Amino acid sequence: MQGFSIALEPLNLALVVFGCALGLFIGAMPGLGSVNGVAILLPMTFLVPPTGAIIFLAAIYYGAMYGGAISSIMLGIPGASTAVATTFDGRPLALAGKADQALITAAGASFIGGTVSVILFTLFAPPLAEVALAFGSAEEFALMMLAFATFIGLGGDDIPKTLFSIFIGLVLSAVGLDIISGEPRLIFGDLPGFFHGIHFLVLAIGIYGIGEMLWTIESNTDGVKVSQASFGVRRIFAHLKGLKNSLKATLMGSFLGYFVGILPAAGATPGSIMAYGMAKTMSNDPESFGKGNVEGIAAPESANNSASTGSMLPMLTLGIPGSPTTAILLGGMVIWGLEPGPMLFVEHEEFVWGLIASLYVANLVAMLINLAFIPAFIAVLRMPFTILAPIIFVLCLVGGYAPTQNMHDVWLILIFGVAGYLMRKLDYPLAPAVLAIVLGPLAETSMRQALLMSDGSLMIFFERPISGMIMWIAIVLFLLPLIKIYRAKIAKNKN
Amino acid sequence: MALVLGVLSVYLMVKSAELPIGWIPDEGPGGGAFPFWLSAGMLACCVCITFRWLLRRSPVSRSAEPYVIPAARATIMAVIVALTLMIGSIHIIGIYFAIPLFLLYYVRIVGRHSWLLSLGVSVSAPVISFFFFEIALLITLPKGYSEPLFYPLYDIFL
Repeated sequence: MQGFSIALEPLNLALVVFGCALGLFIGAMPGLGSVNGVAILLPMTFLVPPTGAIIFLAAIYYGAMYGGAISSIMLGIPGASTAVATTFDGRPLALAGKADQALITAAGASFIGGTVSVILFTLFAPPLAEVALAFGSAEEFALMMLAFATFIGLGGDDIPKTLFSIFIGLVLSAVGLDIISGEPRLIFGDLPGFFHGIHFLVLAIGIYGIGEMLWTIESNTDGVKVSQASFGVRRIFAHLKGLKNSLKATLMGSFLGYFVGILPAAGATPGSIMAYGMAKTMSNDPESFGKGNVEGIAAPESANNSASTGSMLPMLTLGIPGSPTTAILLGGMVIWGLEPGPMLFVEHEEFVWGLIASLYVANLVAMLINLAFIPAFIAVLRMPFTILAPIIFVLCLVGGYAPTQNMHDVWLILIFGVAGYLMRKLDYPLAPAVLAIVLGPLAETSMRQALLMSDGSLMIFFERPISGMIMWIAIVLFLLPLIKIYRAKIAKNKN
Repeated sequence: MALVLGVLSVYLMVKSAELPIGWIPDEGPGGGAFPFWLSAGMLACCVCITFRWLLRRSPVSRSAEPYVIPAARATIMAVIVALTLMIGSIHIIGIYFAIPLFLLYYVRIVGRHSWLLSLGVSVSAPVISFFFFEIALLITLPKGYSEPLFYPLYDIFL
C-alpha cells in the first residue's frame, strides 16, 4: 500500500504515463525494443529523483513489451525477441481481419500476466531469490534444452526441417568472437562486420519483415489489401469478454513466465516460447495453433509480461539481472547510489515497493493506452498494400540499422529476407531459427562451463537434481511429436 | 534446396574447424566444437530431407504447384532489385535520399498511385525518420556524401 502511495504521486504517475506512451512507440518500431528504449533514455532520468527515475524506466519497459506485440500482430515483424511467439498466431489473425481481437487479447493477457507476477513477487520474493541462486551453468543449459524441445513441437510434422532450422540458428549465433577464447570464429569472407556477430534482430527483421513482405506480394498479385480489419467499441467489449475463453492459457503463461523470468540470464524470451509450446501441447485443438488461435497470443503475451516482472527479482534481491533490460536498470540503480542485494529491501524499502507498485500501475496504463490506440493501428492496416509495403520495407531497413549502426547488418537483412522467403516456400519453419539465435550464446556458454566443471562428462546435466529433472522433461517433450507421428501411423495402418 | 543447404553445412563445418573442435585440457571444448557439431547436425538433417523428398514423403515433394507463382515472379524480382539498389545507394547518396527514391518508385510505378500521394509519402517518411532517430533518439543514420547538407539542421535542432 505504501508502494502504491509512492507510485500514485503526481510526478511519478506522470512519469508512468509518459514512459508507457514512449515505450509503446519504441516497442512498436521493428528493430527497437525495451533494451533500446531503456538504454537511450537512461540519461534523461538524472533529472528526477531515483525512485521516479526507475519508475520511468520500468514504465518504458512495460510500454515496450506491449508495443512489441503491436508490430508482431500488425506487421508480422517481432519488435523484440520477447514478441517472437506472438507473431505465430497474431499475424494470421490480423490477416483474417481480426487484428482488433488479437490486439485486445494481447493487451488483456499482458495485463493478467502483469497482475499475477506482481502478486507472486509480493508474496514470494525472498524464497524465490534463493531458488534462482541454485541455478548453475548445468541448470541453465538444461533450461535451454527445454526451450529447444518445445520448438520441435512448434515446427509441425516435418521434424528434420525443424531441427535444421534450430541448428542453423545456433550456428549463426556462434558467428563472431568465441565467447571463451576470444578468437574470431566463422568470419565469412573476412568481412569486419561479422566480428560483432549476427544480431538476432537482423535475422528476425530479414525473415519476418522482408521475407514476409515478399510472401505477401506473391499471394496478393491481384492487388488485395493486407487485411480487411474493422473496428468498433462493441467489438472491443465483446473481445474483452472473450478473454475468459483463453484464461487457462493466460494463467499458465503467467505462472510459467514468472518462474522462467526469475532465473538469472533466462528472461522473457524463453518464457514466452515455452508458454506458447505448453499452450499448444495442452490445448484441445493444437492443430489450430499457428493459424490464428487466440490462446497462441494469450500464452506468450501473459508470459513475457509476467517474466519482465520476474526478472526484476534477481536484480533487486541478488544484483543479478534476469534480462538485458534489467541489466541496464541495474546500471541505473548503481549510478543513483542504490546497492542491489538483500539489504535493499531493508534499507530502501520505499524504493522497492514503489517500483513494484509502479510496475503494476504501468501495466494498467499501458493497457489503457494500447486500447485507446487500437483504431489508429487498425487504420494502418486499411492502407493500400502498395503504400504499406514500401513503408514496411523502409522501416525494416532503418530499424535493422539503428541498434548496431552498421550497414553490414542492413545487407544481411536483405540476404536473410530473400533466403527466408525461398526456404519458407519449401515448408522450412523459420521461427525456431530466430529463437535459436537468441538463445544460442547462453546455451553454448552454459554447456561449455558445465562440461569444464565435469571434465567433459555429459552426466553433469543428469546428476544434479534440478538440471536432471529439467533435462528429463525436455527429453519427453522432444520425443512427444515422434510418439504422435508413430501413433498416427499405427492408427492409419489399422484403418 | 536441401542439396544447397547440405553444401552450406559442409562449408560451415570446414569453417568451424579453423578453430579447435576437440577437447582442450583445462579449457574444455575448443572454440570450433559448438558450431562444428551443429553444422554436422545440419548436414544430417539435409540428408534426411533429401531422402524424404526422393521417397515423396514430404508434402512439398508431392506438390505440383510452381515454386513461385509465374504472375508474381516479375514483381518479386523487381522488388528485390529495387531493395538492393536502395541499400547500395545508401552508401553514396545517404538514407535520406535513397528512401524517397525507393518510395517514389514503389508507390508511383508499382502501386500506380497519384503523383501527389506518391510525393507525399516519399517526402514525409524521411522527414519523420530524421526527427525520430536523429533528434529524439540521437541515432545518426548513414548519409554518404550528403552529410554536409545536414549540418545546418543539426545546428537548428540539436
